[in-house]
Amino acid sequence: MSINIKIRDLVKKYNNNTVISSISLDIKQGEFFTLLGPSGCGKTTLLRMIAGFNSIEGGQIYFNDEVINDKSPQNRNIGMVFQNYAIFPHLNVKQNVAFGLTNRKIPKPEIESRVDKILQTVQIGDFKDRLPENLSGGQQQRVALARAIVIEPDVLLMDEPLSNLDAKLRVDMRNAIKEIQKEVGITTVYVTHDQEEAMAVSDRIAVMNSGVIQHIGTPQNIYHRPANVFVATFIGRTNIIERELSIINGKTVLKLDENYQVEMDKIVPTNKEVNQLPVKVSIRPEEFVITDSSDGMSAIVISNMFLGVNTHYIVRLSNGEQVEITQESSLDEILDPGTKICLKVKKEKINLFDYESEMNITEGVVNDVALS
Amino acid sequence: MSLYHKKRDVWTIITTVIFLFYLILLVLPLFTLLKESFVGGEGGRFSLNYFIEFFSKKYYYGSLINSLKVTVSVTLLSAILATPLAYIMTTFKIEGKIYLQILILISSMAPPFIGAYSWILLLGRNGVVTNFMNNVFHIQTPDIYGFTGILLVLTLQLTPLIYMYLMGALKSIDSSLLEAAESMGVTGIRKMWKVIIPLIMPTLLAGALLVFMRALADFGTPMLIGEGYQTVPVMIFNEFISEMGGDDGFAAAISVIVIIFALAVFLLQKYISNKKSFSMNALHPISEKQEKGLKNILAHIYVYGFIALAILPQLYVTYTAFLKTSGRIFVKGFSLDSFKLAFDRGGDAIYNTFMIGLSALVIVVTLAILIAYVTVRRKSTLTNGLDIITMIPYIVPGSVLGIALLLSFNSKPLLLSGTAFILVISFVIRRLPYTIRSSAAIMHQISPSIEEASISLGASNLKTFFKITLPMMLPGVISGAILSWVTIISELSTSIILYTAKTKTMTIAIYTEVIRGNYGTAAALATILSIVTIISLLIFFKLTGKKEITL
Repeated sequence: MSINIKIRDLVKKYNNNTVISSISLDIKQGEFFTLLGPSGCGKTTLLRMIAGFNSIEGGQIYFNDEVINDKSPQNRNIGMVFQNYAIFPHLNVKQNVAFGLTNRKIPKPEIESRVDKILQTVQIGDFKDRLPENLSGGQQQRVALARAIVIEPDVLLMDEPLSNLDAKLRVDMRNAIKEIQKEVGITTVYVTHDQEEAMAVSDRIAVMNSGVIQHIGTPQNIYHRPANVFVATFIGRTNIIERELSIINGKTVLKLDENYQVEMDKIVPTNKEVNQLPVKVSIRPEEFVITDSSDGMSAIVISNMFLGVNTHYIVRLSNGEQVEITQESSLDEILDPGTKICLKVKKEKINLFDYESEMNITEGVVNDVALS
Repeated sequence: MSLYHKKRDVWTIITTVIFLFYLILLVLPLFTLLKESFVGGEGGRFSLNYFIEFFSKKYYYGSLINSLKVTVSVTLLSAILATPLAYIMTTFKIEGKIYLQILILISSMAPPFIGAYSWILLLGRNGVVTNFMNNVFHIQTPDIYGFTGILLVLTLQLTPLIYMYLMGALKSIDSSLLEAAESMGVTGIRKMWKVIIPLIMPTLLAGALLVFMRALADFGTPMLIGEGYQTVPVMIFNEFISEMGGDDGFAAAISVIVIIFALAVFLLQKYISNKKSFSMNALHPISEKQEKGLKNILAHIYVYGFIALAILPQLYVTYTAFLKTSGRIFVKGFSLDSFKLAFDRGGDAIYNTFMIGLSALVIVVTLAILIAYVTVRRKSTLTNGLDIITMIPYIVPGSVLGIALLLSFNSKPLLLSGTAFILVISFVIRRLPYTIRSSAAIMHQISPSIEEASISLGASNLKTFFKITLPMMLPGVISGAILSWVTIISELSTSIILYTAKTKTMTIAIYTEVIRGNYGTAAALATILSIVTIISLLIFFKLTGKKEITL
């Protein structure tokens, strides 16, 4: 009953304003798939097109092999969880959860038992006779989730379901959602702008920007080998610095500073003709290492910030660039502003991007956008 | 393409039907009116004769000037009186506040002409107060007839309207705004001028517009207490109804002039308030404070003084209803004879009021819900048009609408004049703008995702509307409907033009009894009307759990 979703060349226009220009992607059966991006990137629009609340101006959406473009939302057999929960305020918890089942002409005893069972699953069985106004945010969220999955939908669609909860509850609920999704095994499309939340719950993530999918991959892949500069900066924190890649004696060398260069052996061969290639280098704060030896980039500490597990520094490189670095906090003194330090990078972790196209030229990028 | 399909559902049909209803029953009559006003020439040719005549005789254009004077004065005075009233009721701890609020409401819900008639009984030539002052102190009380009387009656009647608007606005001011002002040294009167007045200005303007339109359209008050001071609604009525030389075309021309005038004021108000518009939402509304000393005493005097004046006419009318009468004059002692007579002579009127009023109410509520839904949720050119069309009656005075309906439906195939149906239509059309507004406000509060949730769970569009949207709207709509009902049963200016002996309502019965001088019967009927109003309001309070009404 759980299905796969295939989207081909999907276009969304509001009047003459194209919001989504042409999206293609595959969502596997039973997968927890997240649409991640800054606000206005088109992720909610795409979700609502899958749900049937937004019209489709071009392309197709398939549930398994069936094109569902012209099916009304009522007939798509979807379960949807909304940002504001959209609990019916005049119905109690039980009636809310049973609402979808009553539309499906299911005999009463079966409705009863299915509602009871799902309320147990989401752990709100004790509140089944309460009106929504007497429930906390987290409890309302559970009702919304129960109501969406009790109808055994083909797809579960979730639109920023945790954004109205406070920080601690958000973490609890995302674990609960992940667990329940696993248990029910339902194909899920999840929309969020919170990258940490996306990484925590997803099997795969599609990073979107300006109506275009930038990268589809597993959380690890997206973090470690982002497809382009946008993904690198959007997921986690990073420093982007501009450098040159030289080919010297058949070796690819990245010159970071007058007296520090690293050999990059995992570069996808680009234009072999030139031996000087301008690149953008993404080095995450934790990919810097402060070293005692003198063969590194020289830098001066500008400011420090102790955050418990880690200590953050803003440092100035010899050419005046400022970068952010993170070190695991130690028992030693924190480096004071003005301290001269030497930096190395974890070269296997850093990413290089073509200067013009901003595409990753490091080996190991897995981007499912290209496949579909 | 799928968008196109989706929009042509049952709602498109409903919108179209309602649109047609409005085209036939409102737009067509207004066009008839316009046509009639331009056919003053020989053999029904186009001419401006009526308009030329209007502006060349002082008797005619003088009425327009009179109306302007009355309307502007009433609007200004009401705003000036209502602002401190609302401010005191919000920020001061006033003894018996709950009861005062109910009294203010009741005083505003009675038909204005009952106020006029009661003030005549009190302060008129042979009034109780006049005679008392004359006989005991030998003081000549000021003349109540004419401009003064109209101003007094309408101001007392309409101040509560602005007051109710302002109470809503003051509730949406967050107390932190005032605290911020105080922390910067702005207190007392300066705080009122610099902070509170600017914050409630958009609402004040909206309330003032409503008062302006009511004052402009009011027929009963100037008719009774105006005497020689003729205003436009009275003139229209005289021109249209008068048995000798009543002239439909001329009445139509005056109506057109009034509508243009009202439209100009309406657009001016919109222009000003659009510039000043902003929205507020109070997390912590202003709370009342126990004041001390002179300030406290003055505040109480102001509030109690106003409410006493505002409720006095109704109280006095109720009192006279229980007086013994001999023929037309009140004599010593009490009796229920007036009520007996009222039921004898006005029994039909009471029945008609309920039948016509309730039929109108059912239609008003149904249409308001449907129109609010389509204009908020199904925005399209058609629904935008509907939104505008439904608001037209806001600027069309009741007597003008009455004439327009009569002129349009006095012949076959749409022969409606003289029927109860035409009264129902007029009440529906006149009341809908208000009920649509309040229903639309409720509709705006319902998140679209609630309906989407229902649809995603497999409910059809219609089922979603009836099972989810409607139950969520209903509490607000019902309370709005009760207010509509109260307004409908106290309506006079349209029904005076449309009624026949068979479709006489209570307000008309009261009015005719007053004109005939049967003050006892009139008072008894007015008392019955007040009781119905009060019971309706009590139901409103019970249902909403509120102790006041904010518009």
